Amino acid sequence: MTDLAVEGLVHVYREGSVRALDGIDLRIAAGERVALIGQNGSGKTTLVRHLNGLLRPTAGRVMVDGRNASTMTVAQLASRVGLVFQDPDRQVFAGSVRAEVEFGPRNLGRSGAELHDAVAAALDVTGLTGDEATNPYDLGMARRKLLALASVLAMRTPVLVLDEPTTGQDARGVERVRTVVKDAATDGRTVVAISHDMRFVAETFERVVVLRAGTIILDGSPDEAFAPSSWEALRSTYLEPPLSAVVGERLGLGSTPTDAHVVRALAGKP
Amino acid sequence: MTLALAGVGYRYAGSRRPSLLDIDLELRDGTVVGVVGASESGKTTLCLVASGLAPRTVGGQVRGRITLDGEDVDAWPMHRLSERIGIGFANPATQLSQVAATVFEEVAFGPMNLAVERGEVIERSWSALDTLGIAELAERDPRRLSGGQQQLVAMAGLLAMRPQHLILDEPTAQLDPAGTRLVGDAIARLAADGASILVTEQKTDLLAAIASEVLALSDGRVALRGPAHDVLRDPALAELGVAEPSTVRLGRLLGAAGVASARYEAALHD
Repeated sequence: MTDLAVEGLVHVYREGSVRALDGIDLRIAAGERVALIGQNGSGKTTLVRHLNGLLRPTAGRVMVDGRNASTMTVAQLASRVGLVFQDPDRQVFAGSVRAEVEFGPRNLGRSGAELHDAVAAALDVTGLTGDEATNPYDLGMARRKLLALASVLAMRTPVLVLDEPTTGQDARGVERVRTVVKDAATDGRTVVAISHDMRFVAETFERVVVLRAGTIILDGSPDEAFAPSSWEALRSTYLEPPLSAVVGERLGLGSTPTDAHVVRALAGKP
Repeated sequence: MTLALAGVGYRYAGSRRPSLLDIDLELRDGTVVGVVGASESGKTTLCLVASGLAPRTVGGQVRGRITLDGEDVDAWPMHRLSERIGIGFANPATQLSQVAATVFEEVAFGPMNLAVERGEVIERSWSALDTLGIAELAERDPRRLSGGQQQLVAMAGLLAMRPQHLILDEPTAQLDPAGTRLVGDAIARLAADGASILVTEQKTDLLAAIASEVLALSDGRVALRGPAHDVLRDPALAELGVAEPSTVRLGRLLGAAGVASARYEAALHD
């Protein structure tokens, strides 16, 4: 089980001296499902890239399993934190779907039945079973993104970090991602995901962290994060609550972050 | 002015089966036509064919007729077509020129290449940046922006070219809700000014707001078509792997739970 702790994290990109993260404090317990939301450019991607050592802090620190990530090698971090990029083309490189998905677990020393099972399970949940021999670049963008997800899933890292996993996915693709997140949490793995899809966030995660200009402005359950009292904060980072929350507020139903909340509140009432 | 496809089919080079079949489509001035469909149903291919990039730069084989104002464009070279038809890709990394040092230069790149007079290039570029709410990024390096910011920059470049016909492949894929709304507003305004726009989207909420007509593709063929309002509430959409708009989904769930629709409808139009 892996706990994550981000303490006073500041990141300044040298290129433009843009202060992308401006003092982030965040503790994530093993097995939590956490969504990171906020407008484009609010620092979400910069934050998650610190979790696997891809970026190093300008100030502050990132603790993985109680150890400072700065003192861990990329290999040590890679066995604990799996990061799926927003753009699969920055990640996918192998000549076949199978080779792509096997690469990570092989690097972690898996072989034989263990390797086979990890790859088969990752292909199954992403709907890529049967495409093992396909060249990744013969898959469309949406399925290439699911392949990038599968290749990280197969590493069975205790922490799974997803950067906008539903972007460009059709309805079935979104359901696959939702299953991945829920299964991972059921297995006790931690999931941290960036998303702009508020309905997906409200229905899939148990905790919502809202970023604005490199700081955390809201941190709570979907009930709290999408309650009318939070809308001002959401709107300050150009987010809108999901439709169900708006309808619930207009009908005086309290906080209704998902459609199911609205249905429960209204069913059986005149 | 009308961009028309009649009985159009398309097969990628080296592919055994066609990716598009029997497509009839008219893009008339002032209209927004939305295209939905599951991943790999032919949406991106339709964009490539309608813009002329396929077969001119992509290769492959086109069947049927593509006309601009009744004139067959078969023999037109890409540079001539691109004066009339703009295209935006889902992945902004593909779209950006990679030669501009600043966002402003990136946006000005398109109209400069169309030999637009200097003063007008500057005026158009600022206007496009303002429209999409990214004027403050003008001096930044486009390659150092977040994915969503890059997508807005790519869109601004297209707006500055003032194309008569615009083909957009998931233009909001990486955008936050506010960016999505700005792009939606920009598309609606272009159409109001007389342009015609073909836009593929997974976000049916956006199409419900801006499209007059919607086509649903399945295996390269048109499976459903009609006024946006009708197609987007057609139960057949779900079978095609397309997410229904939020309002339709919540209404359906409430109906299934036996909640009278009047209250919900009233809350929607509050």
